[in-house]
Amino acid sequence: MSATAVYPEPSVQFEPATAPRRIEKVSIIVSKGSLEGIYPALIMANGARMEGIEANLFFTFFGMDAVVKAKQGKVKVATVGNPALGLPTLLGMIPGMPAFVTRQMQKKMESLDIPPIGEFVQMIADSGGRLYACKASVDMFDLDKSDFVDAVEEIITVGDFYEMAAGGEIIFT
Amino acid sequence: MPTLTMLDTALDVDAEGFLQNPEQWNESLAAEIARENGIPELTERHWMVVRYMRDRYLTTGAAPSIRSLGKESGVDIKELYKLFPKGPAKLAAKIGGIPKPKGCI
Repeated sequence: MSATAVYPEPSVQFEPATAPRRIEKVSIIVSKGSLEGIYPALIMANGARMEGIEANLFFTFFGMDAVVKAKQGKVKVATVGNPALGLPTLLGMIPGMPAFVTRQMQKKMESLDIPPIGEFVQMIADSGGRLYACKASVDMFDLDKSDFVDAVEEIITVGDFYEMAAGGEIIFT
Repeated sequence: MPTLTMLDTALDVDAEGFLQNPEQWNESLAAEIARENGIPELTERHWMVVRYMRDRYLTTGAAPSIRSLGKESGVDIKELYKLFPKGPAKLAAKIGGIPKPKGCI
């Protein structure tokens, strides 16, 4: 005896596949303040502009270190709590270790023509990318517009961010 | 490899229309590629970028990054994007008759 399963007709009919729509706009949220937290967002924003894609960057929490004058040049690789680095925690915590690892990585990046954060941020602004800081984070860290590099256009709310991200892709890093 | 006929010449191109063989390029072809990519006329500033791009490729075997394009071509990043709004490195490579730049920067 054989049993035949009877499945109900799917209630949702899918449209036939069409050619994928080209990405026209990306809005990238930068929330982390380590070197490895900041660079991917900058590379993606710059890469978007290189393809003629509109790019917005929204800096929040420690991600703001990428655009705060006093912090921009001091961003480091996380040498503790970063298992992918392959560095035992007890070594990672030695004073000077974050600076050392960061220098090594910066040398490598310079050789690949990847700019330091300050130059990169300005480059993205010059290429037509738009940079914003998050109001909630600005209030939390007691900052104001003068603490940010000129490339940052404005301090905006989450609501403003969603409004400008409308119709494009949102990437959280 | 796909071929594309432009100005009565058969050209080896990739799927996006980048020339695969820089020797097949000439200046009237450049103007034609530019027109098809939304740049009606190549100004002297466009030419500075296109020539720099092409020379770098022919001498080093790789197209420059957008960073060195901005620093060394004589045209800064802001102006690069005014001249080539849809992507300066990509478009200048296409117009200059060299393969699509491979870098991420």
